[in-house]
Amino acid sequence: MDAPQLAFKERAAAALADGALKIAIERTTGNAERKRAAAVAAFPEFEAARARGKAIKDHVIAHLDHYLEMFERNATAAGAQVHWAADDAEARAIVTRICLDAKARIVTRSKSMLGEEIGLPHALADAGIERVETDLAEHIIQLAGERPSHIVWPAMHRTREQVAQLFMSGHDPAPAADDPATMVQSARRILRAKFLGADVGISGANFLVADTGATCTVTNEGNAELTTTPPRIHIVTAGIEKLVPSTAHAFALLRLLVRSATGGEMTQYTTFHHGPKRAGDADGPEEKHIVLVDNGRTRMLGDEFRAMLRCIRCGACMNHCVVYRQIGGHAYGGTYPGPMGAVLTPVLDGLAQSRDLAHACTMNGRCAEVCPVGIPLPTLLRAWRRRSWRERLEPGSVRAGLGLWAMVARRPRLYRLASRIGVRALRLMGRRGWVRSLPLAKGWTAYRDMPRPSGRTFMEQYRAEQAGRRTPE
Amino acid sequence: MPATLPDPAGPRVGLFVTCLVDAMRPGIGFAALQLLEEAGCRVEVPQGQTCCGQPALNSGDDRDAADLARQTIAAFEHCDHVVLPSGSCAGTMVHAYPELLAHDPAWAPRARALAAKTHEITSFLVDVMGYRPQGRRLDATATYHDSCAGLRELGIAAQPRALLAEVEGLQMRPLEGNDVCCGFGGTFCVKYPRISDAITTEKAQAIERTAADILLAGDLGCLMNMAGKLHRRGAATRCFHTIEVLAGRADGPAIGEEG
Repeated sequence: MDAPQLAFKERAAAALADGALKIAIERTTGNAERKRAAAVAAFPEFEAARARGKAIKDHVIAHLDHYLEMFERNATAAGAQVHWAADDAEARAIVTRICLDAKARIVTRSKSMLGEEIGLPHALADAGIERVETDLAEHIIQLAGERPSHIVWPAMHRTREQVAQLFMSGHDPAPAADDPATMVQSARRILRAKFLGADVGISGANFLVADTGATCTVTNEGNAELTTTPPRIHIVTAGIEKLVPSTAHAFALLRLLVRSATGGEMTQYTTFHHGPKRAGDADGPEEKHIVLVDNGRTRMLGDEFRAMLRCIRCGACMNHCVVYRQIGGHAYGGTYPGPMGAVLTPVLDGLAQSRDLAHACTMNGRCAEVCPVGIPLPTLLRAWRRRSWRERLEPGSVRAGLGLWAMVARRPRLYRLASRIGVRALRLMGRRGWVRSLPLAKGWTAYRDMPRPSGRTFMEQYRAEQAGRRTPE
Repeated sequence: MPATLPDPAGPRVGLFVTCLVDAMRPGIGFAALQLLEEAGCRVEVPQGQTCCGQPALNSGDDRDAADLARQTIAAFEHCDHVVLPSGSCAGTMVHAYPELLAHDPAWAPRARALAAKTHEITSFLVDVMGYRPQGRRLDATATYHDSCAGLRELGIAAQPRALLAEVEGLQMRPLEGNDVCCGFGGTFCVKYPRISDAITTEKAQAIERTAADILLAGDLGCLMNMAGKLHRRGAATRCFHTIEVLAGRADGPAIGEEG
C-alpha cells in the first residue's frame, strides 16, 4: 500500500486545502448539475432515450469485431488509412511516425481524452514537434503545464481570475484587459495563426460510424473543424468503444451526451469527417489517418467491467459525485477522474497503483442515477474492491480487523457478548452524551463527535423485557 | 405510549435490528417494535441475527459477506416479512444477497426469496401495511435527509414523508441537497476522514441553514455522522431516526443527549 495510497491521500489533502480550487469546482459542477437537471426535465423521453442508448452500446460491444471490420472497410473506401494500436505505446508510435514522415513542425490538437490516455502530448514533445492545443480549456492547461482535471472542462480547476493571470503572462502580446471576452479574443488571435500554419491536425472522435467510415467530433468552439480541415494531414485517435452502427445511432447517443454533459440540446459544432479531401472539394486534408486504440478495452469485454465500455464520456458522474466535488480531478492521479475514472484507472494504470480510487467512494449511487447509458458505477467500484481484497492489496491491519470482526459476527452468541462489552467500553470513554476522542477511530473523532451509547444493547434490553412481558415462543 | 397487543392474525414480521441500532441506539429498535405492532404485525426478533455483512461487502471481502448472508437468511426465512430500520441494510439484503449467493445452488433461491420479502420499515408500514400513526403530536420544526441507499436502492422518499405528515404540530422544512450523500459511506468516513469531513461539513451547513429544531433520517450511520458533526460545530439541532418521531419517542433524548 504505501506509496500510492499515501500519494492519493496527500493529493486529496492538498486539494481540500485549496480554497480557489473549491470555488472553481463548485462553479462548474454546480452549473452543470443545474443545467443537466433542466435539460432532462425538458426531455420527457429521457428514460426511453437512455434505454435506447444503453441498448445501442451493448449491441456494439457484443458485436465489436463485426463493427470494427465494417468501420475499417468503409473508412478505407472513403480514403482514410486505418491503423490498429494494441496499447498506448503502439498508439504513440503510430502517431509520432506519421508526424515525422510528414516532416511536421507544428501539430494542432483538438481536445481528446484518448490522446491524454495514450500520453500523446509528451510523445510529441519527445519527437521535437511543437504541439498547439486548440480547445480553449486545453490551451489554458497547456499554458499552465498541467493535465486535464475534468473530461469535458479540462481546466475547470482554474478560476477565471487564475486564467486571466495565465493569459497575461503567457500571451504575447498580453490581453488588453482581463474580462472574459477580451481574454477569449486574445486566445483566438494566438490560435488562429497556428491553425493555418499547422502541418498535422490531431483530433479524437466522439463516434466512429461503422456504416459510413466517418469520425464524428462535437465541440462548442469550432476548434475541431479548424484542427482537422486546414492541415495537410488529419489524424484521429479513438478508443474502439466509440463505434456506433450508423449515423442515426450516433444522433441517438448525441441527444444523451450533450444533455448529460452541458445541459444543452446540441453542441455548437457537430461534424462527421468522412475521409480526406476528394477531387473537387474546396478544402480538407490530403491524408486522413484513423488510429484505433485498444489499450485494455478488449480485456474489459471479457470481465466484470464490460459495462464500462458503454461510457460516452459526458462527465455527469463526476459532476454529481460528492468526492469529486471536494477533491477535483487531479487528486485521482489518472487520465480520467471521478467515478468513471475510478473504474477505468485501474484498467489503465494497474490496481496496485490506484486501489484507493475504488475505496474513496461513499457508494451513494448518484453517479449511476445520472449516467446516460446506465453504467452501474458503484457495482463496478465494488468489483475493484473485491479484486483488491482477493489480490491482498488491502493493508494487513484492515484485513486482520475485518477478519476478527467477521469471525465474531458469524457467531451470534459471541457477537452479543462482544457487543455488550463494546458498548460499555465505548460509554466509559465519553462524557455528557458524546465521545470526543477514540484512539481506534481517530478518523471519526478528528472531525466529529461520536454519540455515547446508553450502555445496554437492544438485544439485552429486549430479552429482559421479553422475559417479563411474554412467554418466549 | 399506548401498549398494543399483537394481532394474532397479523403477518409474522422478523425485525432485523441492525448492528448499529443494537449497539448505539436501542430506542430505534423499540420504536420499530412498537410501530410494527401498532400496524398489526406479530413481531419477533430472531436471535440468529448479528450484522447484515456490509462491512465485509464494502471491503471486497465477499466470502465473509456471503457467510453473513447465509446466517441472516437462515435466521429470518421463516418470517412472512423481514423489516429493518435502515435503508442501507435492507438494500444489502434485497440487492446484494442474491448477487453474493447467485452461484450457490443451495442458497441462491433462498436469497431471492428473502430479498422479495425484505423491507425498510417506513416503506413496509406505508406500502405493505397501509399504516398511519394516530394521535402523535410534536411541536417542532424538522428537516429530512434522504439517506442514499434507501433512496436509490429502494426508492424510499415518499413513505417517510407521508408518515411524518401525520404527526400533528410537526412542521417540515425543505433541506437543500436533501438527496446528496452526507459523507458517511460506512468505512469510507474513517478511511478517508478528510474527504468525508469536507462533505459532511457542507451537509451540516445546509442543515443549519434550515434552522429546523430537528434533523430526521432513516439510517443510523448517516445520523451519527451528521449528529456528530453538528455537535462538533456547536449546532443545537437535535437528531432522531424518523421512526423515533413516528413512535412518539422524540420527547426522550436525541442522539448524543443523555436522559
